[in-house]
Amino acid sequence: MAKIKSLADLRNMKSDLQAKIKLRENANNPESMVQIKVGMATSGIASGAKEVFNYLSEELAKRDIDAVVTQTGDMGYSYAEPTIEVTLPGKEPIVFGYVNIAKADEIIEKYIKNGELVEGIIPVNYRKVE
Amino acid sequence: MDTVKLVIDNKQIEVPKGTSILNAARANGIYIPSLCYLNLNHLHIENKPGSCRVCVVEVEKRRNLAPACATECLEGMVVKTNSLRVLNARRTVVELLLSDHPADCLLCPKSGKCELQDLAAEMGIRHITFKGEQSSYRKDESPSIIRDVDKCVMCRRCETMCNQVQTVGALSAVNRGFGAVVAPAFEQDLIKSPCTYCGQCVAVCPTGALTEVDNTTKLIRDLADPTKTVIVQTAPAVRVALGEEFGMPAGTIVTGKLATALRQIGFKYVFDTDFAADLTIMEEGTELLQRLGKYLNGDKTVKLPIMTSCCPAWVNFFEHNFPDLRDIPSTARSPQQMFGPIAKNYFAKKIGVDRKDLIVVSIMPCLAKKYECGRDEFKVNGDPDVNYSLSTRELAHLIKQFNIDFKKLPDSDFDAPLGESTGAAVIFGATGGVIEAACRTAYELFTGKKLEKIDFNELRGLENVRQATLDFNGTPIKIGIAHGLGNARKLLEMVREGKCDFQAIEIMACPGGCIGGGGQPLHHGNSEIIKARFNATYEEDKNKPIRKSHENPYIIQLYKEFLGEPCGELSHHLLHTTYFDKSQLDITIE
Amino acid sequence: MAKYKYNVLVCGGTGCQSSQSALILENLKKEVAACNLENDVQVILAGCFGFCEKGPIVKIMPDNTFYVGVKPEDAKELVAEHIIKGRKVQRLLYVDPETQKHIDDSKHMDFYKKQMRIALRNCGFLDPENIDETISRGGYEALGKVLTTMTPNECIEVIKKSGLRGRGGAGFPTGTKWEFASKSVNDQKYVVCNADEGDPGAFMDRSILEGDPHSIVEAMAICGYCIGANHGLIYIRAEYPLAIHRLQIAIKQAREYGLLGDDILGTGFNFDIELRYGAGAFVCGEETALIHSMEGNRGEPTFKPPFPAVSGYLQKPTNVNNVETFANIPIIITKGADWYSSIGTEKSKGTKVFALAGKINNVGLIEVPMGTTLREVVYEIGGGVKNGKKFKAVQTGGPSGGCLTEKDLDTPIDYESLAAAGSIMGSGGMIVMDEDDCMVNIAKFYMGFIVDESCGKCTPCRIGNKRMYEILDKITKGQGTMEDLENLKYLAEVIKDTALCGLGQTSPNPVLSTLTNFWDEYVEHVVDKKCRAGACKDLMSYQINPDKCKGCTSCARHCPVNAITGTVKQPHTINQSLCIKCGTCKSVCKFNAIEIK
Repeated sequence: MAKIKSLADLRNMKSDLQAKIKLRENANNPESMVQIKVGMATSGIASGAKEVFNYLSEELAKRDIDAVVTQTGDMGYSYAEPTIEVTLPGKEPIVFGYVNIAKADEIIEKYIKNGELVEGIIPVNYRKVE
Repeated sequence: MDTVKLVIDNKQIEVPKGTSILNAARANGIYIPSLCYLNLNHLHIENKPGSCRVCVVEVEKRRNLAPACATECLEGMVVKTNSLRVLNARRTVVELLLSDHPADCLLCPKSGKCELQDLAAEMGIRHITFKGEQSSYRKDESPSIIRDVDKCVMCRRCETMCNQVQTVGALSAVNRGFGAVVAPAFEQDLIKSPCTYCGQCVAVCPTGALTEVDNTTKLIRDLADPTKTVIVQTAPAVRVALGEEFGMPAGTIVTGKLATALRQIGFKYVFDTDFAADLTIMEEGTELLQRLGKYLNGDKTVKLPIMTSCCPAWVNFFEHNFPDLRDIPSTARSPQQMFGPIAKNYFAKKIGVDRKDLIVVSIMPCLAKKYECGRDEFKVNGDPDVNYSLSTRELAHLIKQFNIDFKKLPDSDFDAPLGESTGAAVIFGATGGVIEAACRTAYELFTGKKLEKIDFNELRGLENVRQATLDFNGTPIKIGIAHGLGNARKLLEMVREGKCDFQAIEIMACPGGCIGGGGQPLHHGNSEIIKARFNATYEEDKNKPIRKSHENPYIIQLYKEFLGEPCGELSHHLLHTTYFDKSQLDITIE
Repeated sequence: MAKYKYNVLVCGGTGCQSSQSALILENLKKEVAACNLENDVQVILAGCFGFCEKGPIVKIMPDNTFYVGVKPEDAKELVAEHIIKGRKVQRLLYVDPETQKHIDDSKHMDFYKKQMRIALRNCGFLDPENIDETISRGGYEALGKVLTTMTPNECIEVIKKSGLRGRGGAGFPTGTKWEFASKSVNDQKYVVCNADEGDPGAFMDRSILEGDPHSIVEAMAICGYCIGANHGLIYIRAEYPLAIHRLQIAIKQAREYGLLGDDILGTGFNFDIELRYGAGAFVCGEETALIHSMEGNRGEPTFKPPFPAVSGYLQKPTNVNNVETFANIPIIITKGADWYSSIGTEKSKGTKVFALAGKINNVGLIEVPMGTTLREVVYEIGGGVKNGKKFKAVQTGGPSGGCLTEKDLDTPIDYESLAAAGSIMGSGGMIVMDEDDCMVNIAKFYMGFIVDESCGKCTPCRIGNKRMYEILDKITKGQGTMEDLENLKYLAEVIKDTALCGLGQTSPNPVLSTLTNFWDEYVEHVVDKKCRAGACKDLMSYQINPDKCKGCTSCARHCPVNAITGTVKQPHTINQSLCIKCGTCKSVCKFNAIEIK
C-alpha cells in the first residue's frame, strides 16, 4: 500500500473511496446489488454470527444473488444477537435480530429476493452523527 | 533552599519543599505513629509504599485522609494528626491488621521488639471488633531465615531491601486481595529461591514474619553436656555493636566485656574470629600476590581482578547470579570457615579432644553464616567444621537469659592461641577493611619493604562504590570496593563486560559491611549508628599493638607447627574451597 | 419487485406486548384478511422502537407513518383509513408536545430517539478490518486537521472547551489532563490507552475496539501530537482476543498508509503504537497500577502525586485515557467543541455508553446524551423490567458504584447527579435489578468481587473489605446482629476514608448505597431472619400449601434427601431439618403447591 503523504491526499482518497462505494452501489446492475453487514463483535460471534456470515456468503453465491457480505462491529442489540443489516438497492438499511441459519434463509428468500419484510426487524432507535 | 509553610496541629511549621508530612511533624516534635514507613537514610532510600495506612492524617480541603509518609507538605496546608476522625480510622486500621495476625505474642521471636505489638499497646487496643478468617501459610524454615508469613503486614520493607538495595529479587508481593503476601516466586521456600541469606530483610521486618533461625536453645543444651567441649569464635563486627542491646551508645567497643560474658556463659575456650581473619589475609593475600605476579609476568590464563570471598552472602550471590565469573573470587574460605578446621584439626589435638566432642560455635553479625556452617564443603563425614552460628542479637538475648549485667562486666582477654589477632583483622568488620588488611600484608610481601603508613585512608568510607589506586613501590594496584549487593552487581557487570581494570575487588553483601549485617542489633535505618560502628572499628584497629596479619605471632606459630606455608598443600585442603553454579533454581510448582 | 404495497410493523417490544400489541397484530391481520388485502399488505411483528412510553407503536411502510398508543380496536380504522383510503389516522399520530402538531412522517421523529451515537458512531457500520471503510467515513481526517492546521495548544483548547471528561469513571476533564502532560518537560513522553475494562458486565470498550479500532489509533496520535509524545501504548486485557486482533490489523494498516510511523501525512510528526497485554486484573484499570503492570511490575497502585502526567510509564510523563474517551476525540476535532458541548448537561458534556444488563428486556450497548434520566434508559431504551416484574434498583459504576432505587429514577445521568444520588458514573456498567434480587446478596456479590480483585497492598482494602464480606455473609446466613449492621457502616466509612487508591476508596459504595436505600431489607435479614427476595438460601424454606397439594407423591419421589412425607392423595409435608433447599420439589410439582417462605 502506498503511504498517504498529506491531508489533501487523505481527502482525495476519501472521496475516491466514497465514489467507489457509490459505484459499487449503483453498478451496471443496480437492481441486484445487495449489501449485508453482519455484526461480528465478541457478543455477536458468541451467539453464532460467524456461522450466519459464512452461510450468507455461501448461499447468496449459490443462489446467484449479487451481494456483498461484510463484517462489522457491535450494533448494540445484545438481546437480539446475531444481528445483521441488509441494504437493498435504493432502500434504507434494515436491521434484523435473532438471525440464525433458518432466519438467514428466510431473509434471503423473502426480503432479499422479494422485498417482503420478515419478522425480527429492529427499528433504529438512536440518532446518528454524520 | 525552597521552603513551605504549613500548620500541623495548630503549630506553624516551615520545612524544605518536598518534605513529607510525617517527616515535617517528626522534625517538629509531633508524633505520628507509622508502621510500613522506614527511612533507610544510610542507603538514601525511603520505604514508603503508603500501604499500612497507620500514619493517616486529616488535611483540610481533602476528601479523604492522607498518608503522612507519602504526602508532601504544600504551602498553606492545614493538617490535623489527632482529630477524632483520624484516631478512629487509625485505630480501626490497626485493629484490622491485628484481626489477621496470630496473637501468639508469648511465643513470637519478635515479642518485645515488634512494631505492631508496640502500636497495639500504644493505642490501647483490648478488643478486635472485626474478627474473621486469618491467613494461614506454611512456615518456611531455611538454614538462616524463618518466614512466618502469617505475620506479614505487607509493609514491603523486606521487598525494598531484597530488590532495591540488594537486587537479589528473592522476595516480592504475590497473590491478590486478602491472600496478598510477600514471598519468593511461586511461593517456593527460600532455599529454592536466589536468597543469599544476607538477612537485610530480617533486619527491617517490623513483626515476626521474618526472623533468624535461633540457635540459643541448642547452645544451652550443648553447654550443659559434660561430654562436649564447647568453644566459641566471635566476629570483629560483634564487638562494636553488641553494647547497643544493653543501652550503650552506638560505637561502644565492648571486646573485653564480650570475652568475659562468653566465659560466664560457659564456653570452655573463648576465641576470636579475628585470628582466622589474620589467617585469611595470609591465604588470600598470598593468592593475590601469586595471581598478580603471574599476570605481571604476562601469563594470560590468570584471571584478574581477584575478589574477596569472606562474605557468605556475597558467595551465594555470585553463585546464583554470576556463576560464569566464579573462578575470579579468591578460593580462600571465610574467616569463620578457616577457624573451624583449625579448631577441629589443630586445636582439638592440642587439647586432646576428639573432633566429634568439640563443638565450635560462632557469634556473627550475620545470618548467612548460619547457612555457611551447613554447606557440605565445610563438613568432614557430616560433622561441620563450625557446628552453628549465633547472631549478635541472639547473643545479647543469651546474655540477658544468663542474668549477666553486661554493662558492669570487667574486661578480659580472649584465650590463646586462637584468640590473638591484629588490627588488620579487626577492620574486617567494615566495608573496605578486608582489602586494606590484605594490602597491609601484600605490600610488604610484594615489595619486601616495611609499610610505613599503615592506614590506607583512600580505601575507607561509606560511599556505595569506591576505588583507589595504591602504589606498591612503583607498581600501581587498582582496588575496587562495593558494599551492598546492588552495588556489587554493578561492579560484577563491569567485570563481565570486560570494562574493569581493577586488580582486586572487595565486596561485602551488607550495606556498611558486617557492621551493618543482618544479625546485628536493629539500626532502623539510622545512618549515625552505622557510622559510629564504623568509626569504632578503626578505633579498635588503631589501638592494637600489631596491625598487620603476617606479624601475628600465633599465625606465624600456626604455619610453623601445622600448616607449613600459605597456599600450601594443607592450606589448600583445609582453608580453601570451590564454588558452584546455582543459577538454575529448583522450582516445583504445585 | 416488492411483493407488498404496505408493510405494517407492530412493535413487539416487551413494553408494547404488555399493552396488548399481540392482539393488535392479530386484529390487524384479521382486518387485512377481511378486506382481502393479504396479497398487498403484510402485517409483521418488529423489535422495540425504543419509544415504550407511547406504546404500543404501529408503523406503516413505505409511508413511514408512526402511530402511537394504538389499541386493539384501532385495527379496523387503521386498515380502512390508512391502507384503503390512504388517509392518515390523525388521532393516533404523535403530537409534538411543544408545537401541538401531529407528526405523520417518522423521519421527522428523530427526537424521540433517546440514544445518540457519538463514541459508537462507526460501530456496526464499517468493516473494522478494512481501513478504507474507515477513511471513506472520514477516518483520520481529524488527525490530518490537527497536524496541519492546529498547534498542540490549540487542539488542547478544543478538547478543554468541548467539556469532555474521562469516561473511565472518575470524570476528570480530558483537556486539562492533556494540558498537564503537555506542560511536563521531558525528552520522552507516552500516550497510554486504558483498555483494561473490568467492571462486571461492562463491554463498551471492547465493542469500540472491535467495531472501530481506527478511531482509537487516530485519537492516540492526536493526543501524542498535543502532549509531545511519539510513543503510544494500548494496555488491553488478554481476554479480548478479537479486539487485540482488530487492533493489530488497524495498527498495521495505519502504518502501511503512513498514518502511523514517521512523518505522518508529510507533517514531520512521528507516532507509533504498541500493544501491551494485561492478565485481567481489575485493579490494573487504575492508572498507576496499569503503568506498573506495563513496566513488568506487580499491578498495584501507588500514591498520587506524582501523577502520571509528571512521572508515569518508565518515570516519563504519561497521559492515560480510557478507550471511550479516546473514541470521542476525532469527532470533537472534526465537528468542533461547540457542537460537542451543546450535547449533555452543564457540567457533563457529550454522551455516555452503557452496557445495559440484568433484569431488563433490551439488554445491550446503548449510548445516551448526558442528562438522559435513568428512567428513560430503563423504560424507554431498555424496554422495562423483564417478565413484568417490579423494578427494584439499578446499579451503576460496578464495584465502585451504588444501587439506585425507584426514587432516583429521574436522576439525570451525569457525573455530579449520580454521585449526589449515591452512586457514580463509572465506566458504564448498568445493571437492573428486580424484586427477585436480594440487595444484601447483591452487596455481598460486589464485595466478593472486590475481595478477589483487591491488589492487597493497603490494609483497609486487603483486610477491611474481607471483614465487610464476612459480615455480609453472616447476614445472608441469618447470623447477623444489629451490631453487625452498625459495624458494617462504620467499617465502610473508614475504608472510604483510608484506602490507598480510587478502587479501594470506592469499594464500600455498593454496601453503603444498599444500607441507605434498603436498610429495611438488611434489618429483615437480621431481625426477622427473612429474605424477601428469596435469594438467601439459609433464610428461606420450601413449604407445601395443603390447600393446593393433591397428594400426587411426585415431590416425595423426587426429593433427593427423602425430606418429604405424606400418604397418597393427602397433603404432604417437608421435614425442614432434612431439606437441603435444592428446589427439586418445586420444579416437579404440577399444582404449584410448593411455596417459598
